[in-house]
Amino acid sequence: MNRRSLHREDPDRLYTVIGGRSNAGESGFDAVSLVVAESAPASGMQSEHLQILAMCSNPTAVVEIAARLALPVTAVKILLRDLLDQGRITVDHPTSAAAPTRLPDRDTLKQVLLGLQKL
Amino acid sequence: MDSKSSELPDTPLDKTIKDALKIVVVGGFGVGKTTMVGAVSEIKPLSTEEIMTQAGAAVDDRSRVAQKNTTTVAFDFGRITVDRNKVLYLFGAPGQERFWFLWDQLFAGSLGAVVLVDTRRLEDSFYAIDRLESRHMPFVVAVNRFDGPQPSLDRVREALALPPETPLIDCDARRRDSCKAVLIELVMHLTHLLDLSHA
Repeated sequence: MNRRSLHREDPDRLYTVIGGRSNAGESGFDAVSLVVAESAPASGMQSEHLQILAMCSNPTAVVEIAARLALPVTAVKILLRDLLDQGRITVDHPTSAAAPTRLPDRDTLKQVLLGLQKL
Repeated sequence: MDSKSSELPDTPLDKTIKDALKIVVVGGFGVGKTTMVGAVSEIKPLSTEEIMTQAGAAVDDRSRVAQKNTTTVAFDFGRITVDRNKVLYLFGAPGQERFWFLWDQLFAGSLGAVVLVDTRRLEDSFYAIDRLESRHMPFVVAVNRFDGPQPSLDRVREALALPPETPLIDCDARRRDSCKAVLIELVMHLTHLLDLSHA
């Protein structure tokens, strides 16, 4: 079903954007890694890289970048890897990424509970 | 600057936020996942896509990503700022088998899950419950109460073959206080599991 929407949109955009790479699994980025731009957009940069730098003056999660660029999360992770390698962004990965199958610690649960109660 | 910010109508996160947590709301089509996410999110729920990269990725070449057999799945999410340093992302995800790769690619490290069920289509949640149990992903089950006659929670528990320790509650996915109660139930459940694991 969703297969079609990508093709209708622009069959080649995804391929162009990420230069044929599909190895996001090794990018080291989590879906909710928080990205902060460390340099201003510069001329000559790929348009998606420019857009990412422009939208990340505050911490921005990978999935939010993906939603705003209208690109799959996997493609965005690859773009972010480029920017990280160039020193143009810094990243805070989620603490859960270190031990994804473990229960969260008690302090985290307390903080989440307090945060939810304030809603 | 103004033109840029007009493309980003939603509030950015505070600069002090350093850690992001995840909770996944899983359920069949039309059960109210997006409604629930939207009811508690501080931003209008966003939608994005993910490509299935795991199945076959090891044997396939790099050009595959843009080929016709690419499988993408759309999902929604919202967020709740928890405190100065933490933000909680809420994902709405379909529960059927073909969407399960999202759990490996995106939802690893989630605090837990909410299984949202419609009592008229309980079978839509069977697969999700099985998978969560086999992954040892903690979850609560929330019954989105629609209009019309409704079976009791006891009957729902029986039909879903839920063990007594799995929380099962009623909710109205349109109401913030109700969705908030579901999320709090999940966090309490996690706290309980943590107590048990240290006992």
